[in-house]
Amino acid sequence: MFKLTHELQHGLIDCAIAGVTALVVLLLARRRAPELLRELPIAELRGIIQIVAVGAILAFLLHGPHWVAIPVLAGMVLAAANIVRNRAKQIQQPFPMILYAILGGAGSVLLLMAVTRVIPLTIAIIIPVGSMVIANTMNTLSLFLDRLRGEVVSHTGEIESALALGASADTALLPGLNAAYRACLIPSIDNIRSLGIVWIPGIMAGMVLSGASPLFAALYQFVVLTTIFSASAFTCLIASFMVTRRLFSQNEQLLLRS
Amino acid sequence: MQLSLSLLECAGLSREAPSRPGFYLLQDVSFQLKRAEVIAVVGPSGAGKSTLLRLLNRLDEPTSGIIRLEGQDTRQIAPRNLRRRIGMIMQRAYLFPGNVADNLAFGPAQRGQTLSADQIRSMLTSVGLEGYESRDTLTLSGGEAQRVAILRALANDPEVLLLDEPTSALDAAARESVENAIRPLIDARHLTCVWVTHSEDQARAVADHVLSLEAGRVRAWGSPAEVLRV
Repeated sequence: MFKLTHELQHGLIDCAIAGVTALVVLLLARRRAPELLRELPIAELRGIIQIVAVGAILAFLLHGPHWVAIPVLAGMVLAAANIVRNRAKQIQQPFPMILYAILGGAGSVLLLMAVTRVIPLTIAIIIPVGSMVIANTMNTLSLFLDRLRGEVVSHTGEIESALALGASADTALLPGLNAAYRACLIPSIDNIRSLGIVWIPGIMAGMVLSGASPLFAALYQFVVLTTIFSASAFTCLIASFMVTRRLFSQNEQLLLRS
Repeated sequence: MQLSLSLLECAGLSREAPSRPGFYLLQDVSFQLKRAEVIAVVGPSGAGKSTLLRLLNRLDEPTSGIIRLEGQDTRQIAPRNLRRRIGMIMQRAYLFPGNVADNLAFGPAQRGQTLSADQIRSMLTSVGLEGYESRDTLTLSGGEAQRVAILRALANDPEVLLLDEPTSALDAAARESVENAIRPLIDARHLTCVWVTHSEDQARAVADHVLSLEAGRVRAWGSPAEVLRV
C-alpha cells in the first residue's frame, strides 16, 4: 500500500533525530522536571503514531469526495473537546459546554471562511487548516478554563463578597471571566503581532517549499492566523456565557473551592 | 401564616461537609433573635461559627433545618433579595478594584439604585474616613479597608448584619478603630446582629445573648453572664 520511498526513509530518520534531541534536552533538565522525562517518550510515540495515521488517511482522502472532510473535522472537534475536559475537572458537567463552544466558535468561523472561499473547498486544504484552527481553539479554551479556575480559587473572597451584597453570579464572576478571557488570547494576539518578525509559521514555510509564491504564502499565513484568532476568541466567548451556571448552584452559591 | 416575634430564627440547622459525608460542620443549631438584638457566637476554631453565618446569608445550603426571617422560610426568598436583607461582613475586607465610592455604591447598584455623593460623604464621615471617596482601595490600610467593607454592607440597608470576626485579621490599633466604628453604627440603626468573635470581652460588651459552639454543636446559649466565665 505505502512504499518505503527514499523520501519516507529520510523523514523517519529526521523524526528519530528530532525525537532524540527532545529526550536529550529533558535528560539535561531532569532535575527541573523528572516527571516530564517519563512522559515525553510516551507522548512522542503517541504523537508520531497519530500524525502518521493522519498522513496516511489524508493520502487516502485526497482522492475522495469533499463531504469526507465533515466527519473528519467532527472527529477532531470531539477529540479536542475530550482533551479540554481534562482541564475543567472542577467545573460541573463541562463536556457539553466545551463541545458546544468549539462547535459554535471554531465551527462557525470555519464555515464562514469556507463559504466565502477564503479557505478553498478542497480536502487537501480544508482538513489541515481546519485541524490547525480546532487545535489552536482547543489550546486557547484549555487556557481560558484553567485561568478561570485559578481566578475563582484565588478570588473566592471577592466573589462571595459580591454575592453577599446581593450581586448575581454573573456579576460576581465578571472580573474573573474578563481576566481569563484576556489572558487566554494573549498568545494568539502575540502570534499575529510577531508574524514575519519573530517567526515564519509552518504553513508558509510549507507553501514556499512546495513552490507557491512567497507573497501569496505570506498573505495566506495571515489569513490562517487571524482565522485561528477569530475561532479561539469566539469559542471562549461562547464558553464564558455558559460557564457561570456550572460554577454556581441554582441559588447562586459558589461551587468551586480551592 | 406563622406568628412570630423573632426577626431571625434557626431551627435544627445542620450542614454536612460536602467532601466528608457523615461529618457535620454544624449540627442541630437553634436560636431566635428579636429585632435590634445582638447575639455573639463564640467557640474555638472549627466550631462552626463561620458555617453558621454562611448558612444565614445562604452562601451555603443547610443539609437540614430551617431559617426564618420575619417568620418566612428563607428558601422562599430569592437569594439576592435575602442577601440584601441579611448583610455580611467577612474576616477580610475583600474590597473590589476601584475607588471607595464605587465599593459603597456596589450593593445598591445591583438593584438599580444609586447613592448620592452626599450619602457617600456622610457614610464615610461616620467612620472617620472623610475625603476617602476617590481613594483607590489598594492604597487603604487594613483598618480603613474593613471600615469601608462595613459601610459597603450597610449601604444595602440590611435588617440583619452578620459579622464574621471582622477585626481578627487586624493589628491592635486597627482593631480598635474598627470596633469603635462598628458599635455606633449598630446602635444608631438598631441593627439586629449575629457577631462571631473569639474575644469573650467583646462578646460581653456587645451581646444580648451568647451562642457558644463546639465541634458544630451548641455548647451553651444564654445571656453573657450565664455563658461566659468571669
